[in-house]
Amino acid sequence: MTSVEELQAKIKDLEEKLLIATQKNVARQKIKEMSSEVVDSNPYSRLMALKRMGIVNNYEKIRDYTVAVVGVGGVGSVTAEMLTRCGIGRLILFDYDKVELANMNRLFFQPHQSGLSKVEAAAETLRNINPDVDIHTYNYNITTVENFDNFTEVLRKSSLSDGPVDIVLSCVDNFEARFAINTACNEFNLTWFESGVSENAVSGHIQFIVPGDTACFACAPPLIVASNIDEKTLKRDGVCAASLPTTMGIVAGFLVQNTLKYLLQFGQVTNYLGYSALTDFFPTMTLKPNPNCEDSYCRLRQKEFALKPKPEIAVEAKEEKPVHEDNEWGISLVDESKDVKDQVTVAEGVQLAYTLPNQAAVEECEEATADTDVSLDELMAQMKAI
Amino acid sequence: MVDESTRKTLSNIPLLKTKAGPREKELWVQRLKEEYQSLIKYVQNNKDADNDWFRLESNKEGTKWFGKCWFIHELLKYEFDVEFEIPVTYPTTAPEIALPELDGKTAKMYRGGKICLSDHFKPLWARNVPKFGIGHAMALGLGPWLAVEIPDLISKGVISYKEKSEK
Repeated sequence: MTSVEELQAKIKDLEEKLLIATQKNVARQKIKEMSSEVVDSNPYSRLMALKRMGIVNNYEKIRDYTVAVVGVGGVGSVTAEMLTRCGIGRLILFDYDKVELANMNRLFFQPHQSGLSKVEAAAETLRNINPDVDIHTYNYNITTVENFDNFTEVLRKSSLSDGPVDIVLSCVDNFEARFAINTACNEFNLTWFESGVSENAVSGHIQFIVPGDTACFACAPPLIVASNIDEKTLKRDGVCAASLPTTMGIVAGFLVQNTLKYLLQFGQVTNYLGYSALTDFFPTMTLKPNPNCEDSYCRLRQKEFALKPKPEIAVEAKEEKPVHEDNEWGISLVDESKDVKDQVTVAEGVQLAYTLPNQAAVEECEEATADTDVSLDELMAQMKAI
Repeated sequence: MVDESTRKTLSNIPLLKTKAGPREKELWVQRLKEEYQSLIKYVQNNKDADNDWFRLESNKEGTKWFGKCWFIHELLKYEFDVEFEIPVTYPTTAPEIALPELDGKTAKMYRGGKICLSDHFKPLWARNVPKFGIGHAMALGLGPWLAVEIPDLISKGVISYKEKSEK
């Protein structure tokens, strides 16, 4: 028999649960115009205060912008949440993965969302946080032939005025997807940010890429932030990747901060910002495009950029040098025709992931595949017949 | 970076010439022919050396590949389905080879059963664009992965020998 006290305790417990459950369904209404009125019920008051403080001139313009976030994982989901809370106009999410319990060491997703597609789960949470943001989702792998054309079409036509998106944020976790984004952005002249966290979870970076103006992802091998770990002591025994919510949150923060600066035109957008967690070291630099870049569209954008009149930046009375005028670290692109050392330091604490050989030094080979008149069908049949 | 025997295997896989991905309609056909020629030679070499370990075929467009690979451990033959797609950025980026049936059975895999390659693979691939093709990806990527992972998975009891019931 249960005692009265036990039943009362149970009722109290259930009442609390009911309260929490009903509160979950309280959604706020859409807000037509961003107001700077400071009242408890205005979700934008602290953002609009940036105007009053003279940091941003035109905060409400954020509602005109469209941002595409490619990859809604540890970095991308947090990026999307930050942009949603900032009141971005439209958010376009790409990912083909599902939420798993193994993702729970990262921010944003919750255990009850396991099994849902990341884009759908994210969209639901984000719409609840801020229904003013127009969220579009695409649940596919952008690197495959069947999806790539749709991917580029969405990037070109999905802004609020049916034009190209205002910026693309790469929050993917692999080289192939970064390269696919790079290819698309060079071809269709889209400004984008690359971001990444190392597989050992203790370094990360963001890189701002304006086709033709700054180095694209194909201009040089990927950059890695020195983690100051002796390679020999780094064990990769039985694991592919480690991750920390801290590093990912920090990188997402840098990414969105610079996205806001770019869209709302305040402060300076950093071209490359690295982060080494073990030493709390933050290298920054600017990377010029490689005139011999493998990507033909990158070279085309470089030509276009060279012809374009450069906007003169109005400088107020006191003469200030542009931040990156001096080249303290001797940063330069490496001429591939020269013999390159195994380890090229690009800036203090930043290295190329690997170096490329000069084209003459080819691995010894028995024979190059000869041009023959055999048709593809015959070859396919031959392969099957082995 | 690469041991002697791998180097020897590699030097016997014909290199490719055409730098073209699946988005380039005509050049891709040329590249695909080279891929097939190179693969046929590689498989033939393997057979001649009594080291036959995979079969692959593709769809008509050459964008989706599938087949089988096998691994001999203590005189028993373990067979796995292999599949991968040619990414739009191929051959600048290598194909991501997957063994779907082992998905979730080892930490050295990414989602969908894509094998986790060593730190050396991608730099080596990048240095050899466009000369490396699917055969090289198999020899440098899947081959070493199987050699390390399969004995480990067998010893852990994660995979076990199946009598050949089919065929």
